[in-house]
Amino acid sequence: MTIAVVDYGVGNLFSIYNALDRIGAGPTLAREPEEIESFDGIVVPGVGSFGRCMRRLSRFEPALQRAMQEGTPILGICVGMQVLFEGSEESPEEGLGWIDGRVVRLPDSVLVPQMGWNTLSIRREVEILEGISDDDFFYFVHSYHCVPVDPSVIAATTEYGQEVAAAVSRENLFAVQFHPEKSGEKGLSILENFVRLSRC
Amino acid sequence: MLARRIIPCLDCDLAVPQGRVVKGVEFKKIRYAGVPWELASRYYREGADEIVFLDITASSDRRETMYNVIRKTAENVFVPLAVGGGIKSLEDVRGVFVAGADKVTVNTTALKRPDIISEIAGEYGSQACVVAIDAKRRDGPAGGRITVPTPQGESWFEASFYGGREFSGVDALAWAMEAEALGAGEILLTSMDRDGTYDGFDIPLTDAVSRRVRIPVIASGGCGSPEDIFEVFSRTGASAALAASIFHYNEWGVDAVKRYLAEKGVHVRI
Repeated sequence: MTIAVVDYGVGNLFSIYNALDRIGAGPTLAREPEEIESFDGIVVPGVGSFGRCMRRLSRFEPALQRAMQEGTPILGICVGMQVLFEGSEESPEEGLGWIDGRVVRLPDSVLVPQMGWNTLSIRREVEILEGISDDDFFYFVHSYHCVPVDPSVIAATTEYGQEVAAAVSRENLFAVQFHPEKSGEKGLSILENFVRLSRC
Repeated sequence: MLARRIIPCLDCDLAVPQGRVVKGVEFKKIRYAGVPWELASRYYREGADEIVFLDITASSDRRETMYNVIRKTAENVFVPLAVGGGIKSLEDVRGVFVAGADKVTVNTTALKRPDIISEIAGEYGSQACVVAIDAKRRDGPAGGRITVPTPQGESWFEASFYGGREFSGVDALAWAMEAEALGAGEILLTSMDRDGTYDGFDIPLTDAVSRRVRIPVIASGGCGSPEDIFEVFSRTGASAALAASIFHYNEWGVDAVKRYLAEKGVHVRI
């Protein structure tokens, strides 16, 4: 079982690497598209702006597309979740478009970015959220949120000025708006669930 | 609903090989508190929402010691880790991130060269850039600076740098707003008058800053009891409370503080 973290030159990947290492996943930072094809699971991190992430991620797009079609479990985190959608109010760049829908700014009624610990409302029982309940807190940092066309992809929401998609899941594609690698023991549980799915 | 955060702060003296956590009173009179990563691990297990390390020696020749402290901490701590003290360039920022930090705090460098804020935000995102403001109450003529009603009358607040050893003349409130405009993701606001005193947070200062910015404000300086944290959360818009002494010397566990706050109706992560 091997997990790749796509290292496409945005932000700081140490925390996600370290968290996966801690749970025994033996992660590899993949800096070239051809590297990711041999892994059992792929993590797509992402910080900063949507446009910057997409510009740097685009050279990985064909390899990621192939991996997804072959059924390799893929986990998007934060902006790595947002890039799975068609586009974002934040930047003109197109997203990967694997999930129909767009990314929009959080409402003006609340402080933006949302920064801190918030609880989930579980909408659907999915393997990636096994062992997680509505009272558990996760660490969020984001200014934009995903609005899927088909709400049935949403696995969990959080409340921040309005209902916000916190986790989506469709076949081998998983994504979370919060940072499991910075969300204490419950966050590590989600990464363990992903690693277990990758092993199957 | 977003929880209010409780953040233990570890002031690190890196003059010894391992580094050690110390705590001063009003930025002076230093007392030993423990080994940095041991304390950080304890706070993580007790439910700290975030950990802040400040290198109070802020010396570039002890960078490796700081990196080692961060690396050892990050092995066992899975909540956000913010590191500051002596960050002078994007190269320094990169160094602490490679070691395992999630955010940097900048103070002196940002006051001298505010563009560092935009540079950090541009490269790593606003969430990674915390601007630390050490504010000292001034009761004399404000000279056009923003004033705030305090028990001492109409006061203004002066931003200090070089670890509280020098004063910039800059209006701390105006500086907080400018830092937000430049891309800061949070303000770590320390009252120099209260730091280490156990007298409670500076409510007028914290209220004045949190009303003027739309990014989270971390209240710091003066926490002597869970009641003080309850007070700053009920009377100001602070998103988080930072404390050091009450945690270091085993007076309170982070978990006990959070249980106290939850009983008083404050939304905290337990």
